[in-house]
Amino acid sequence: MQRAPSSRAYARRSKYIRFILPALAVVLAVIVFPWVFTLWMSLNDWQIGRPRSFVGLQNFTGLARDERFLGSIGRTIYYTVLAVAVPVVLGVLSALVFHQRFPLRGFLRGIFILPMMATPVAVALVWTMMFHPQMGVLNYLLSLVGLPPSLWVYAPETVIPALVLVDVWHWTPLIMLIVLGGLSALPTEPFESARIDGASPWQMFRAITFPLVLPFLMVAVIIRTIDALKTFDTIFVITQGGPGTASETINIYLYLQAFAFYKMGHASAVVVVFFALIVVCSLLLLHVRQKTLWT
Amino acid sequence: MTAASRPQPPARPVRLPRRLLRQAALWASVVVVVSPAILVFLWMLSLSLKTELENTAYPPIFIPRAPTLANFVEVFQKSPFGQYTLNSIIVSGVSTLAALLVGVPAGYGIAKARASGLAMVLLISRMTPGLSYLIPLFILFQVVGLTGTLWSLVITHLVITVPIVIWVMMGFFESQHPELEEAALIDGCDIWRAFLHIAVPLSRSGIVVAGILAFIYSWNNFIFGAVLAGRETRTLPVAVYNVLTFEQIAWGPLAAAALVVTLPVLVLTVFIQRQIVTGLAAGGVK
Repeated sequence: MQRAPSSRAYARRSKYIRFILPALAVVLAVIVFPWVFTLWMSLNDWQIGRPRSFVGLQNFTGLARDERFLGSIGRTIYYTVLAVAVPVVLGVLSALVFHQRFPLRGFLRGIFILPMMATPVAVALVWTMMFHPQMGVLNYLLSLVGLPPSLWVYAPETVIPALVLVDVWHWTPLIMLIVLGGLSALPTEPFESARIDGASPWQMFRAITFPLVLPFLMVAVIIRTIDALKTFDTIFVITQGGPGTASETINIYLYLQAFAFYKMGHASAVVVVFFALIVVCSLLLLHVRQKTLWT
Repeated sequence: MTAASRPQPPARPVRLPRRLLRQAALWASVVVVVSPAILVFLWMLSLSLKTELENTAYPPIFIPRAPTLANFVEVFQKSPFGQYTLNSIIVSGVSTLAALLVGVPAGYGIAKARASGLAMVLLISRMTPGLSYLIPLFILFQVVGLTGTLWSLVITHLVITVPIVIWVMMGFFESQHPELEEAALIDGCDIWRAFLHIAVPLSRSGIVVAGILAFIYSWNNFIFGAVLAGRETRTLPVAVYNVLTFEQIAWGPLAAAALVVTLPVLVLTVFIQRQIVTGLAAGGVK
């Protein structure tokens, strides 16, 4: 093909804009409009059924003094750290398993990824039944290996690790898939020369596999962090933030403010802070990822 | 190294058990990795097929002694579960079709025009918590009087389906070879017909995957229905949640209801398993 002058290339490209317009209208209506509306509403005091008034940044200064909200941030971070670290470790280990060749690999991998597509509410219900302190199957399994029973989601100390367990079951497959994608893209030469040099499997993993898979792993960590921060369905169905407020994460707090108390201005401010937190976490991780790419 | 320099026969008997050991270790780790995934679903199935007596027994009964479908019958007879199933099919079906209608051309347009701005918006929307769309849309639906209708749910579910479809199709069209379309354009075919008669038929498999993924994520969504749906317009996840909270807790029917909700998704997953594997590895659809 002839090389077109850049203005003509631009004109040709701009002809394709019309394909985007319908979707753009939808995105503006259901995605961008809510963002703008939320930002504006966060500057207002409004409870549904009462008159609205502009209050500037008062919602935010109120949040900074709201101990229940500050507590929910702490719990969200605690939950997120666990719900990222454990699936990442297990996801890498299971990716190493699925990277081997064995019969029925495709079929077993298909079974392994079922949890990540399953309906969260349905999954949460089954886990609720498994967590039952008297009749639940988990305490029975603990008793089989000689461990004392746990109160799981019914005690403030164990509720968050127990909820993380559900998340680990739900999302380890996603990490596994991303890391597996990284493993299958690895070049074979460094492994061959390492083997010739007599490197042990652990040395090869540390010196070759891990650094090469690290960029993929960082993508997995970023996705998992965003999702863990946003976890709602399983926590809401299993504990609704309880016992007391022991598992009340930002998202649960937000739900209660908006749709139990109908404080829309206050809740919108929570959304803004929450979104900022997600963006900051993602950018931090992206920064780490850039560094791992350079070195 | 020649065969003569190292005596072969003694090496053999040492090697064989070692390889066997490796194989055994590999299979053991496969079993450890896969069993939690499958066991939770099997436990769900087991609970749904047992009587209440067997479900509350301790130690737990794993394999039903007299499997019964009574729990499923109870779910559909005691609550309008048929209606809820229909609601879910309508909401997820219509929002997915609408998303395909606007999203497939958009994915094509973005791939061709390199409109990365809209792609950026979609990426940010992926980071935004679902609840933050609900507050404005909830207020909007109250103002226009749509609260509690299936329409309000269909519109809200576009928040889920449209970004997925555009994202998947964008990647699909970017990896598609443009020669055939370019040849058609040179022959005087306009871009709209090149899209409709060449690009779309060539990307049928991508459209199917985008549609199924959008349908699954819409089907699984709980929070939109929990806030917006009325008594008659509940989707399945909301209905199941209500079985948990408002009725006497009986494990059999509860597990049966949970299975009814998630089984269609699991079946669809099996169909697009391969694409999920490659698609997610390539850049993260979800």
